[in-house]
Amino acid sequence: MREGSPGRVCPLTTGYLEPVATTTLPAKKKGVASSSIGLKFLMAGTGVIFILYVLLHMYGNLKALAGQEAFDTYAHHLRTFGEPMLPYGGLLWVVRIVLILALVGHVYAALRLIARNNAARPVKYQVKKNVGSTLASRTMRWGGLALFAFIIFHLIQFTIVKPNLYGAADSEAIKESPYVMISAAFAMWWVLLIYVIALVALGMHLYHGIYSASQTMGLNNTATARARARAIGAVVAAVIVVGFLIPPVYIFIDSL
Amino acid sequence: MNLTLKIWRQAGPTAKGELVTYQVADISPDMSFLEMLDVLNEQLINEGTEPVAFDSDCREGICGMCGLMISGQAHGPERTTSCQLHMRSFRDGETITIEPWRANAFPIIRDLVVDRSAFDRIIQSGGFVSVNTGAAPEAHSVPVPKEKADRAFDSAKCIGCGACVAACPNASGMLFLGAKVTHLGELPQGQPERNGRVVKMLETHDLEGFGGCTNIGECSAACPKEIPLDVISTLNADLRRAASSGS
Repeated sequence: MREGSPGRVCPLTTGYLEPVATTTLPAKKKGVASSSIGLKFLMAGTGVIFILYVLLHMYGNLKALAGQEAFDTYAHHLRTFGEPMLPYGGLLWVVRIVLILALVGHVYAALRLIARNNAARPVKYQVKKNVGSTLASRTMRWGGLALFAFIIFHLIQFTIVKPNLYGAADSEAIKESPYVMISAAFAMWWVLLIYVIALVALGMHLYHGIYSASQTMGLNNTATARARARAIGAVVAAVIVVGFLIPPVYIFIDSL
Repeated sequence: MNLTLKIWRQAGPTAKGELVTYQVADISPDMSFLEMLDVLNEQLINEGTEPVAFDSDCREGICGMCGLMISGQAHGPERTTSCQLHMRSFRDGETITIEPWRANAFPIIRDLVVDRSAFDRIIQSGGFVSVNTGAAPEAHSVPVPKEKADRAFDSAKCIGCGACVAACPNASGMLFLGAKVTHLGELPQGQPERNGRVVKMLETHDLEGFGGCTNIGECSAACPKEIPLDVISTLNADLRRAASSGS
């Protein structure tokens, strides 16, 4: 090693190099799981859980097009699913716990990786051009933050509190019937706007996320496979965004 | 051509650096970028000021020694090395900003010169094949499928210039690491040490302070040897396989 270099030496390399006293190397936890790629595996794996969930969620939402009875029955059925093997609402809680664990893993991996990536370039460039990357790929962390904020709002609005934010609507009916609840909500232009913005964020996050997850899992070992992964990411993201948009837009137009 | 250059000047590893503006006149469009810097340095020496320190060696685009961040792009606007970039790629009167590679793992030595020995330490931790030396074996004794030989060769084109790290918003060395892992992993000689190699090289990569990959593709777009992003996928697949086999 050259004089004056920072003296960082991996313990594993000492078999090939002269052992050098290190001054800057902290004793870091070893192992694949906590490596930069190990954290990406966690990110990709938990991301796949979310992708599967939003696909199911989107499919369920389309039931709203079939009218109040169909939608409310569907919502009730979600709670009685698996009875009597599962208690009332049992499956829903299984799904919720899986999603919460996936969220914890996804956010944990994101925070660890962001901290590592920020530390990897302490001094920024004065001039930097991006020539090989998409906007979606560079805004994953901001998109993730936006989605996190949206999910909190969404859960308060439609699951936990179900407040009547819609003026004339009947507060009791909103709590009783999911169909009445979403009909009252999406008749408001500002509710629709929030959901459109959230879906744009979701679409961008998925467009890069699906491709990135396949890359992280090591599935794109040729140029063709990589192009295919990109196409799948674009198609799945588009299907999810459009599928989620249909019921709110339909309700809004119907309410005019 | 007359140009305005804004160059990062930094007296030493711990000194505070800044962009300093210089003017150069009568630059031929046929000059290479480094020859243009040579003209500037002659000018600075004649003026009695310290010339700009920058790295170069072969100036043929094959050694990987030179590397400059030119107006926000690693190796400048063309897909080549800084030494093979020519002044015809710029406009007369243009302002060009020249910065060193910026990464925690590549500390600045002086001006535009960075220490890339972190790459050497990654190689030393597993980027090789342990064989007994001796007479070269008969080339046909170990058959290698054409596609694998081609992919190994394409990965072996990596000259370790560090443009991937410089262009990456995370200062990640994954394209370099992926190229090395793919190069050896595609060949029969690389198989016995394949699992251990990826684990050890990744560990060194992380310890050296490189960032993680977000699969955005700036590295590959900057690579003068056009190493494709799929080497990072192969790196990830190798690590997954190594982890599941308990290496």
